[in-house]
Amino acid sequence: MSPAAPRQKYLALAVLLGPSLAGMFVFLMLPVASSLVLSFSNWDLIGEIQWIGLDNYVAALGDPVVLGALRNTLTYILGYLPATVGIALGLALLLNRRIRGRVVFRAIYFVPVVTSWVAVSLIWKWLLNPQYGLVNVALGWFGIKGPGWLFDPQWAMTGVILTSIWKDIGFVTVIYLAGLQDIPEHLYEAAALDGVTGWQRFWHITFPMLVPTTFFVTTISLISSFQVFDQVWVMTQGGPAGATSVMVELIYKNAFSYYRMGYASAISWVLFALIFAVTIAQHVLQKRVDRSDG
Amino acid sequence: MADTVMHPQRPPHPVLRTDLSPEGRGARGLDLASAPPLPGGRGRRAAPGEGAFRRSPRLNLPNLATYALLILGAGIMLLPFAWMLSTSLKTRGATFVTPPQWIPDPVTFDNYGKVFDSAPVGQFLFNSLFVSLTSTALMVLFCAMSGYAFARIEFRGRTVLFYAYLATLMIPQQVTLTPLFIIMNWLGWTNTYQALILPSSFGAFGTFLLRQFFLRLPREIEEAAFIDGAGYIRIVFTIAIHLARPALATLAVFAFMASWNSFLWPLIITTDTSMMTLPLGLSALQGRWTTDWNVLMAGTVIATVPIIAVYVFAQRFIIKGLSHTGLK
Repeated sequence: MSPAAPRQKYLALAVLLGPSLAGMFVFLMLPVASSLVLSFSNWDLIGEIQWIGLDNYVAALGDPVVLGALRNTLTYILGYLPATVGIALGLALLLNRRIRGRVVFRAIYFVPVVTSWVAVSLIWKWLLNPQYGLVNVALGWFGIKGPGWLFDPQWAMTGVILTSIWKDIGFVTVIYLAGLQDIPEHLYEAAALDGVTGWQRFWHITFPMLVPTTFFVTTISLISSFQVFDQVWVMTQGGPAGATSVMVELIYKNAFSYYRMGYASAISWVLFALIFAVTIAQHVLQKRVDRSDG
Repeated sequence: MADTVMHPQRPPHPVLRTDLSPEGRGARGLDLASAPPLPGGRGRRAAPGEGAFRRSPRLNLPNLATYALLILGAGIMLLPFAWMLSTSLKTRGATFVTPPQWIPDPVTFDNYGKVFDSAPVGQFLFNSLFVSLTSTALMVLFCAMSGYAFARIEFRGRTVLFYAYLATLMIPQQVTLTPLFIIMNWLGWTNTYQALILPSSFGAFGTFLLRQFFLRLPREIEEAAFIDGAGYIRIVFTIAIHLARPALATLAVFAFMASWNSFLWPLIITTDTSMMTLPLGLSALQGRWTTDWNVLMAGTVIATVPIIAVYVFAQRFIIKGLSHTGLK
């Protein structure tokens, strides 16, 4: 590009990059740095700040409440992630078939995605009502006595997971559909010449070609499910008896109910470390898979 | 389609492909009316590469199974909404009966009245719209400008700064919550629009998306403008922004949806009912009408219908935008 005069260039930089840089600094980088600093303090928003070193971290990692929330978060991920990705892949494969009305189906599956978490959570809280909710009524038709769902510590997390799967399936399906349509047609042609059909086509062409898409959707779903909050807050507030207490809900409660700013910050950094580790692990795994593909 | 116009010089990049149909790569402008190929597919143009394994669709067994599964799935997706609507039109007595009524008897609109009486729903709606539209507009503007700067202007520290941006993508929002609340509190911005808008007006994702877009864009048009004496700033606002319209639209869709559905940050920064956004107002309604599910569902209908209406009209565009960001 034609070299602009230096003065003009710096003016352009100030105008074009300035607002973004200022915003990123004030609303993202500064809070992140402050959060790290706060995590070494026991500030309660009012009193003097006292520096307590790593005490918050030591306390958090030995706190049964934090460990419980961590376990619940992992339970949520285990229940939510494979089901969502699996069902969405299945749906995408069905929608990728040449049938009438698939655009309509795709549109329908996407409706919960645009609906807010709060609305979805309220709808499902009502659907999961033990006595009058549609879910238990439907189970009753098959002679099954439905559980107490959100009122039962054994079943509350399952209720939250079902709700989340229902809301997110359409999103993952659309991403998978895009991935399916990026598979070059000639691979299937070549396979057809070799007489490859049905399942073999899926296992030897479709599935391997969808590996990058699968990594993409699992990574973003994993990151977002570590941060699960809205549906928990609306449906159970972490209850009953802490059965659905998750990491972010704990951060929220510590910071804004108990005003333990330092402790809340420390827990948020533990969460960050977990997300970071998982993201890196996924990245390494993907690199390895890519390489083994040659 | 608009974006064909936007890449006059070259075939559309795969990332910006516009349709999702497997049969018609390059057949742009897929829509509800024309898209689904007819069974028997006689009149359909045979795409190159349709081998023996891609027979024309018939009502054979696999297709029937596909339909059965897809219809079952669609039912599971839609029934909760139907149930929401049905409940919202019931009297309290009819809400709690077994077996449940699908068609409310009697039909009542009282619940909607109760929602409007107990909360400034119009204000919630306005707040949500205002906050989402403003932050989306700002996000698109800031990201277009910074994305262009990163793509086209060479300066010392560019790479380092860009990596710093990218690094912020890894940071979960929760890490920033506490200090951000303290900063806003210190600025006296609790219960203000700027506190709701500004934190969601910046992001590395958009900058990255636009930078990638500009990097792929041929420089010739800009070169010509340079020769005509235009500077970077003028090029951004007269040329680049127009060329980048598909990428900007994608970003706008993401930013709007994120802001419209945002819950945690508004929950922290607003205590005043008149500043609440729709999700927050709806959640507050739950506190007021704990087990009056007919009233709560009326509130949920009010909160859900606007976005679903927008979605019905913008459906293809939203899904298109989403598919583009995928992976690359």
